[in-house]
Amino acid sequence: MSAKTLYDKLWDDHLVQERDDGSALIYIDLQLLHEVTSPQAFEGLRIAGRKPWRISANLATPDHNVPTTNVERKSGIEGISDPVSKIQVVTLDDNCDEFGITEFKMQDVRQGIVHVVGPEQGATLPGTTVVCGDSHTSTHGAFGALAHGIGTSEVEHVLATQCLVQKKSKNMLVRVDGTLSPWVSAKDVVLAIIGAIGTAGGTGYAIEFGGEAIQSLSMEGRMTVCNMAIEAGARVGLIGVDQTTIDYVKDRPYAPKGEQWDQAVTAWNELHSDDGAHFDNVVVLKAEDIKPQVTWGTSPEMVIAIDQPIPRPEDQTDLGLQESYARAWKYMGLAGKNTLNDITLDRVFIGSCTNSRIEDLRVAADVVKGRKVASTLKEAIVVPGSGLVKAQAEEEGLDKIFTEAGLEWREPGCSMCLAMNADKLGNGEHCASTSNRNFEGRQGFGGRTHLVSPAMAAAAAVAGHFIDVNELVKH
Amino acid sequence: MRPFTLHTGLVAPLDLANVDTDMIIPKQFLKSIKRTGFGKNLFDELRYEDEGQPDQDCSARPLKKDFVLNQERYKGASVLIARKNFGCGSSREHAPWALDDYGFRVIIAPSFADIFFNNCFKNGLLPIVLSEAQVEQLFTESEAAEGYALNVDLSAQTVTTPSGDEFSFEVDAFRKECLLNGLDDIGLTLQHADTIRSYEEKRKQTSPWLFADKK
Ligand code: SF4
Repeated sequence: MSAKTLYDKLWDDHLVQERDDGSALIYIDLQLLHEVTSPQAFEGLRIAGRKPWRISANLATPDHNVPTTNVERKSGIEGISDPVSKIQVVTLDDNCDEFGITEFKMQDVRQGIVHVVGPEQGATLPGTTVVCGDSHTSTHGAFGALAHGIGTSEVEHVLATQCLVQKKSKNMLVRVDGTLSPWVSAKDVVLAIIGAIGTAGGTGYAIEFGGEAIQSLSMEGRMTVCNMAIEAGARVGLIGVDQTTIDYVKDRPYAPKGEQWDQAVTAWNELHSDDGAHFDNVVVLKAEDIKPQVTWGTSPEMVIAIDQPIPRPEDQTDLGLQESYARAWKYMGLAGKNTLNDITLDRVFIGSCTNSRIEDLRVAADVVKGRKVASTLKEAIVVPGSGLVKAQAEEEGLDKIFTEAGLEWREPGCSMCLAMNADKLGNGEHCASTSNRNFEGRQGFGGRTHLVSPAMAAAAAVAGHFIDVNELVKH
Repeated sequence: MRPFTLHTGLVAPLDLANVDTDMIIPKQFLKSIKRTGFGKNLFDELRYEDEGQPDQDCSARPLKKDFVLNQERYKGASVLIARKNFGCGSSREHAPWALDDYGFRVIIAPSFADIFFNNCFKNGLLPIVLSEAQVEQLFTESEAAEGYALNVDLSAQTVTTPSGDEFSFEVDAFRKECLLNGLDDIGLTLQHADTIRSYEEKRKQTSPWLFADKK
């Protein structure tokens, strides 16, 4: 048997049928559902008189629209002030009740961002296929799972058939060799990768992340890396299974138990690319070269290390780059600014499916502990990724550290990541954000997003502008 | 999906080129949680004087009297004819949903935008490409004669006018098959239900832990 990549193995394992036109039916082990992209899918099932193929292969939770202020959340669904949001949340509840799908409703402690909840519950397992009507489903690839973001018609297709029609992607390996410097995190690694290959660098590929620096990451860190594979153009991000993966999964509510656990671990130990497996494209980065990263523009590839000057449109030789940089400069209000330190921040957001897990919150708390948020900031919020992350953080006293430093401690949800609820930026405001997209208007009309790691966001909150977290903690 | 075989229907002539999906269904209606109910907002900005809001009762809204669908003689039309590049712009599947919900079954134009063209087939609508001259003839005749209806035969791939002129049209064999049999993507996949089931049985054996109930 010839050597296979991890992606090849997962693909072959889920292949139900190959078609003449090169597409294939792929079996889906788990579908995650949330309130925004599922209503029409359920409606479609109803109109066609179809039933879900396998109810237990679905898991739902509302996240995009739920309010995150403690006041609004206290009164449950009635507390959602935006009527459109409320309808979407109620509709998810009704659909899940009607079809018998397990849902962690808004007031359930297990509710949270789908991509935090799946792994936390052990619903996301190595060797599975995971889909969700959300592009950041690539997150789950951190477990050696094949995870795709899909559209609403496909959500319905998976509900009805347990399969997805797919064409196989090419294989790409991104290897990060060496050891990461202090305070350099998974977020910096993935931003540096996107900076290196560009937002279309992974288009048409499934990206496997490997190398010593990736292997040294915790599962939380690995999820952060795979989460942003889509920002590099790849629908799928993957990391091979090792002891770290298995230790994380063990004893989670939906993880296999007893004899089945042993059987599963045996199977999971095969989930890595074979020696000599062929990759169509290989990119290598050195961990030592990666410094804390900050995006300056309106695309995740517009990223630099904290000590680099902001690149100027007029210095670009490529005409296309000149134009897109000029547009980004204008939108981001960078005229007269040379370095990231020159940007005065209005808000700080620590949260999103990229960086709202317990480890992210611990690091941020570490930085702000005993310090105060800059008085020039209008707002600094910490939004845990799930009710369980919130509970764990409170048990560790992290909430106290945040509130004493002057950050707000919120209820779980997507929040300011996409500004579908009340958490948003004002026109022209700059925000240090641990989320994954800095597109125009993403965090609110005219809002200016800078993507950073939790440590860098925390440091920025204290300083009121961007600063290398290493410098801040020295004092 | 509802099958499409033969259809005879009243023609509404929309004398516009480059009709984009924003015109077909404006963005404020995309907040809906439904795939149905877009019919009353089809061509909202062309059809009403005021700006439409989601969930609004449209029966009392002021109409743009000249707009084709507001004219008494085109009430109940199910065949829309239009000029070139119909359905350009955003990929929203809400556009075919709105046309379908309004009652259209066939759209005839000299050319269509790609994504819209695809989306039609997914939703049981038949988009037909005829030549500029043929479309011109349909415009002239339908405007001249009240109650002008076309006969569309998908298996024969023909459009027949009231006076008996017959125009043939092209359609991809696979798509034709799907429409004739009312097969959507899901319907097609479900034709392989046995293959899926036997895969599933195998998977139950090799990975039994994936088949526990979620509570
Ligand atoms: S946190 Fe942001 S990126 Fe993640 S699922 Fe929610 S909206 Fe999407």
